[in-house]
Amino acid sequence: MTKKRKKGRIVIDRELCKGCYLCVSVCPDQLIGVSDSLNQKGYYPAEFKGNNTGEEERGCTGCATCAITCPDVAIEVYRE
Amino acid sequence: MAKKVFERPKYLKKSVFHYCPGCGHSIIHRLVAELLDELDIGKKAICVPPAGCAVLAYNYLDVDMGEAPHGRGAAVATGLKRTLPDKIVFTYQGDGDIAAIGTAETIHAANRGENITVIFVNNGVYGMTGGQMAPTTLEGQNSTTTPGGRDPARDGSPLDLSQMLAIAKGSVYIERTAVNSPKNIRRTKRAIKKAFKVQMAGLGFSLVEVLSPCPTNWKMTPVDAAKWVEEHVTKIFPLKVIKDKAGKVT
Ligand code: SF4
Ligand code: SF4
Ligand code: SF4
Repeated sequence: MTKKRKKGRIVIDRELCKGCYLCVSVCPDQLIGVSDSLNQKGYYPAEFKGNNTGEEERGCTGCATCAITCPDVAIEVYRE
Repeated sequence: MAKKVFERPKYLKKSVFHYCPGCGHSIIHRLVAELLDELDIGKKAICVPPAGCAVLAYNYLDVDMGEAPHGRGAAVATGLKRTLPDKIVFTYQGDGDIAAIGTAETIHAANRGENITVIFVNNGVYGMTGGQMAPTTLEGQNSTTTPGGRDPARDGSPLDLSQMLAIAKGSVYIERTAVNSPKNIRRTKRAIKKAFKVQMAGLGFSLVEVLSPCPTNWKMTPVDAAKWVEEHVTKIFPLKVIKDKAGKVT
């Protein structure tokens, strides 16, 4: 079920991610964090934290700011 | 139903970039790939990759390629465009490639007004060979060949190649952008789009200089490298349209 205010969502490919954390730094709503387990390349990949917990002020808007900043094209963005 | 609004562009192969985490090359490759699709020129594009970190661009961009010897991109592109005028020919060159080794070829191609597009990635160092000083290294900036910082008395000052090329009569459109923030990434895409359009309209030499972070050789995190571009590199190499004889191109 989608929450009323949540309009977008992203999918991060953890194996493509190189842990640069540029996405973490640019998301206007701080919805991206860092995983606590390594990927196969040996990086701690970025992780989407915007998943429908009901806690967020404002969920992911699907603005794609993270995706256009990701050097490794590891982020796909979906919008309602 | 959620709609996919961002995905890997079709002209970017599925291979994983060999570039370091946070490298600007990866972002610029993706922008080029998006534009090849948006302008519908992917099938007739020929890329001339450089020597340097981006030498393997042919592993990523899914277009025809003609590799050039170090720095000679503009000369190779000249030959390709003159023999195959219907193709969209662009070089992709780093600062070591274009502003040191290939200075002569680049200046003369611009001066002749060759109808080619140059994507000039300025990260201020020789990346692939391990971070030696490039002509574009900032004053005071550390590199392996300027320990303690570039000293203008000993090493000369940063070379502004784009300004030099703007003086050449034959150049039509030259803009300097950066890929250190979402806003600048969007601006870079618009600039490269215009550069391609200048060529598509047959107007002559177009170039986009993109200030690009090299976190590895700058010995910074990618986030700090992005800030460093803003705080230091753009002070010496300001982001602006340096020359525009084309005006609005459709
Ligand atoms: S799409 Fe926008 S809001 Fe959603 S995670 Fe990315 S930057 Fe944040
Ligand atoms: S920007 Fe891309 S590569 Fe960098 S941490 Fe985020 S998902 Fe990973
Ligand atoms: S050395 Fe610098 S320019 Fe080369 S891939 Fe690494 S970050 Fe990019």
